[in-house]
Amino acid sequence: MSALTREETQALIQEVLEVYPEKAKKDRAKHLAVNDQSVEQSKKCITSNRKSLPGVMTVRGCAYAGSKGVVWGPIKDMIHISHGPVGCGAYSRAGRRNYYVGHTGVNTFGTMNFTSDFQEKDIVFGGDKKLDKLITEIEGLFPLSKGISIQSECPIGLIGDDIEAVAKKQSKALDKPVVPVRCEGFRGVSQSLGHHIANDAIRDWVIGNRDGDESFQVGPYDVAVIGDYNIGGDAWSSRILLEEMGLRVVAQWSGDGTLSEMELTPKVKLNLIHCYRSMNYISRHMEEKYGVPWMEYNFFGPTKIAESLRKIAGFFDETIQANAETVIAKYTAEYEAIIAKYRPRLEGKKVMLYVGGLRPRHVIGAYEDLGMEVVGTGYEFAHNDDYDRTIKEMGNATLLYDDITGYEFEEFVKKVKPDLIGSGIKEKYIFQKMGIPFRQMHSWDYSGPYHGYDGFAIFARDMDMTINNPCWKQMQAPWQQSAEQEAAPLAASA
Amino acid sequence: MPNVMIRKNDAGDLLFYVAKKDMEETIASVELDDAEQWGGEVELTDGSRWYIDPISPPPAFPTTLRFKRGDD
Ligand code: SF4
Repeated sequence: MSALTREETQALIQEVLEVYPEKAKKDRAKHLAVNDQSVEQSKKCITSNRKSLPGVMTVRGCAYAGSKGVVWGPIKDMIHISHGPVGCGAYSRAGRRNYYVGHTGVNTFGTMNFTSDFQEKDIVFGGDKKLDKLITEIEGLFPLSKGISIQSECPIGLIGDDIEAVAKKQSKALDKPVVPVRCEGFRGVSQSLGHHIANDAIRDWVIGNRDGDESFQVGPYDVAVIGDYNIGGDAWSSRILLEEMGLRVVAQWSGDGTLSEMELTPKVKLNLIHCYRSMNYISRHMEEKYGVPWMEYNFFGPTKIAESLRKIAGFFDETIQANAETVIAKYTAEYEAIIAKYRPRLEGKKVMLYVGGLRPRHVIGAYEDLGMEVVGTGYEFAHNDDYDRTIKEMGNATLLYDDITGYEFEEFVKKVKPDLIGSGIKEKYIFQKMGIPFRQMHSWDYSGPYHGYDGFAIFARDMDMTINNPCWKQMQAPWQQSAEQEAAPLAASA
Repeated sequence: MPNVMIRKNDAGDLLFYVAKKDMEETIASVELDDAEQWGGEVELTDGSRWYIDPISPPPAFPTTLRFKRGDD
């Protein structure tokens, strides 16, 4: 199907909304929009960061997921206690593939699950004693941990436990940071508030720890990478580019990151933010308190990488600026070969995205480098400022959808008929069963990295092997196929 | 009276950011903005008006300030 016109897209939205009761229809209509690049402020065309409607299927997470899963979890040398019942931590354990180096269970703890495993009696009598005992136990079993964070699950806020008091007492006893985080799942409308709460906890318990301590040798080219969670090694394939440019990456937040790296971050010259949604709060704080500027960068696909490298270099002197050009030149032959190989196989293919914090807009450039077109995009938990940044990246008359429901997404897909969908695990099998190629774009479908030039090669290969997989031609039972369809695969294999 | 963080964007415009509301708007005009003082009535590009008692000497940005809603 060729690209839709503005009117057709609008009509499509109307058609999809038709099944809802009046009130729900009115509410959902605000979250669906036809992109118009001339709009400066997204709030004029799309509403976001609102409570999901009861009764519809949403794929949002909770504040605990935003704090424990996203921001704190990847800090590898700390132990993050999922404080409350066992399920929240157990079912989300190690699914995100944020890689790290270290000996798990000795000096790093990323894929382990620590929980206070609340029972009925803890709900009735309070869990502070248990938490206290648990922390002592952790210290005995894992003495090399650099600190502990207490990630509250729903019951903690409901029964009114005083985790701050426990944290204070234990922090003194162990002489390590023990950070209480009030990220109970019921707070806010999505995981987004969890990011904010986690950022505030970092601000209050981590960022100021090295104030007045000048023992760290600062350099003129110090930067910190913030909001890269090292999914499948993303942060590593980004970091090498920065280092080749002559910058010193002091800290990686929080994929493969450590507590001491985070503590040193206020001393850098520039904060580089990859996931704006989850880490902008702390970057703003560091700008205000320590005067560290920050900028958003995008390392998906050669066009955006070159743009970002130049912008980053703009913050430094000519040496770095020249180095940026050298780095871009060095990889040119490499990425041109990739484009030459895959573009003919992917040219003109249409993609629909529905992901989390930054990818709905950041990966657009990488698809375009491969000659593909993103015809619809949306976020699970974005705010207005994310859509402000998205409108310009998307083509006119494409679909924008916020917190899309399962039903809406399926209907849009049936009508728009994209060649590829990039979304999460909850959508994956539905769309694959509908016969549409699908990539899981949260954790790269067990692949990655996708950042940087090295990542682009993997990205291009993955998209090709998904879209051009022969299995999509086998969607119909042989006896239901027409004669010519039957002949085609035979001819191809002959 | 929300707490507002004022910072400069790449283009040099002042941004008006309310963390609690996740609102980020560009400042269109500031009543008093000279070497002596900064503040008074502040208008944003979305048309809303805010007020702050003039600060002297002008603050260094980024900084967090308390604003009053101007329209009431
Ligand atoms: S909403 Fe509450 S119970 Fe559910 S996963 Fe989040 S913290 Fe756990």
